[in-house]
Amino acid sequence: MCAVRGLTKTYPAVRARRGAPAAPEVRATDEVELAVRRGEIFGLLGPNGAGKSTLVRQLTGLLRPDAGSVEILGHDIVRHPERAARILAYLGQESTALDELTVSLAAETTGRLRGLEVRQARAERDAVLDELGLTPIAGRPLKKLSGGQRRLACFAAALVGRRSLLVLDEPTTGMDPVARRAVWAAVDRRRAEDGTTVLLVTHNVIEAETVLDRVAVLDRGRVIACDTPAGLKERVADEVRVELVWRERAPLEVPEVAALRERALEAGRRWTLRLAPEEARAVVATVTGGAAFAALDDFTLATPSLEDVYLALGGAARQGLVKA
Amino acid sequence: MSVVPADVVPGGALAVEAAAPGAAELAPRARLWPSLTAVYRAQLSRARVARIPLLFVATFQSVGIMIMMRGVVDTRGEAQSVVAGSSVVVVAYVALNLLAQYFGQLRASGGLDHYATLPVPPAAVVLGAAGAYASFTVPGTLVTAVFGCVLFGLPLTNLWILVAVIPLAGAALAGLGAAFGLLAPRPELATLLGQLGMSAALLLGVLPPDRMPEIVRLARDLLPSTYGVEAYARTFGGHPDWAFVAADLGVCAGVGVVSLAVAAWAYRRAAVR
Repeated sequence: MCAVRGLTKTYPAVRARRGAPAAPEVRATDEVELAVRRGEIFGLLGPNGAGKSTLVRQLTGLLRPDAGSVEILGHDIVRHPERAARILAYLGQESTALDELTVSLAAETTGRLRGLEVRQARAERDAVLDELGLTPIAGRPLKKLSGGQRRLACFAAALVGRRSLLVLDEPTTGMDPVARRAVWAAVDRRRAEDGTTVLLVTHNVIEAETVLDRVAVLDRGRVIACDTPAGLKERVADEVRVELVWRERAPLEVPEVAALRERALEAGRRWTLRLAPEEARAVVATVTGGAAFAALDDFTLATPSLEDVYLALGGAARQGLVKA
Repeated sequence: MSVVPADVVPGGALAVEAAAPGAAELAPRARLWPSLTAVYRAQLSRARVARIPLLFVATFQSVGIMIMMRGVVDTRGEAQSVVAGSSVVVVAYVALNLLAQYFGQLRASGGLDHYATLPVPPAAVVLGAAGAYASFTVPGTLVTAVFGCVLFGLPLTNLWILVAVIPLAGAALAGLGAAFGLLAPRPELATLLGQLGMSAALLLGVLPPDRMPEIVRLARDLLPSTYGVEAYARTFGGHPDWAFVAADLGVCAGVGVVSLAVAAWAYRRAAVR
């Protein structure tokens, strides 16, 4: 369906100017290899700055790679970037082109620019707005909507005029659970009916685990792993994640707690530890008794998530992924 | 949340691997006219949300200029220049300045990606937006022209010439505005170019040319809005020379064609980086 080989893009170094500091050369995607199969929901997971959006922009023909090839449904997108628009629908992170239009006109216009006749564009617009529960706000300009509603309206525009590949760059940002469910239900319906393939960019671990068939984990422009979410989690199956939240500060006067500190990832009052199961049991026993317990606000013990996989694989950003 | 395994999906992974490899059929392109109409209609609807900057500011500005010039101007010829110039400044403000800003911001914010990932001809996006911005100038230009004629006691008989002046001057200036917005490497530069163009149209268009030094008059001749002003100003006389009016409007049309072509090229260049 979509094959990516040796895709490399380097942003040149920027010299310092007044008001703008110098930036070194950045390799945004580094020899990326991917193979997305037809009908699957394939995810790109990574923290901000990992190169996800740069990769997606190269797949959609918006950015020319320095080297490598992109083939979608047999078409060479590097050589013919204009063909991408006839194969895929892209939901980018920006809505500025649609902001001052009403939800209804944004969807209809996008459909017409995807080559639909007026009647067909209107019929598809009505169906999609209805499907996503946007009909009551169809007459309102995107600019006047909340962030999540605006995102949903842009998603609606991406669905008008069917395409066999949907490329969605963080589609559910800012959405409430109802809107998220509407998005995934709409994606699932298209997959079941038309065999639509979805390439999803996300930094949300929970979303990645629940929605994706396969996921490529990106870190500093490189794919550091690619498997099903369950397959990836198996790699760290021998570990347990312990989260400790202290009331005010960690009781470092307790020697066991002081010894744990160097293994913990600290974020304010929260410590995160990845431990072998028997170690975790010992830690829980320590913090739930004696002096440490008095200082403890909350603790959780959980099986590993994709975030743990990312960290175990040597991901550089210590806290770049979202769990919500 | 996905309940459909990839393997059972129609034409899913297994099915495709069994099939002979070959390039899939592409969805059709959007044709020029329907997509131009769609862009034009969408852009026009923006006036509902951004009514004040798109429709009113330019009119107030031009009406203010005419009131200010009322005390300075004493001959009929000068009054004609002021009224014609102020009317065309509305076109320059909206079609040149605001369109340059719009495309500059769209390009900088990544908004062009939306159009670039749709199979739409570049000319449709540029012409649709330019046409809409030229249309935004219609009410302001008419109000300014009528108010000016009443204020300076000029005849309203040949006001119909605006039917030709607005679209042709609009095409020339909107083309320049779109080209500025799409070519400027940063949005601030697009805004600056738009502002400078508008200021030039204001200074060189509104002030009567006979008082200008030679070099300034040369600059005036290089500005496309001048020809819109001249064409309109000529029609105030008792027996206008229509050949000159047509020649002036022809210059506007020529600049319009060239600048819109440049803008369409600039769009294509800005869309794929």
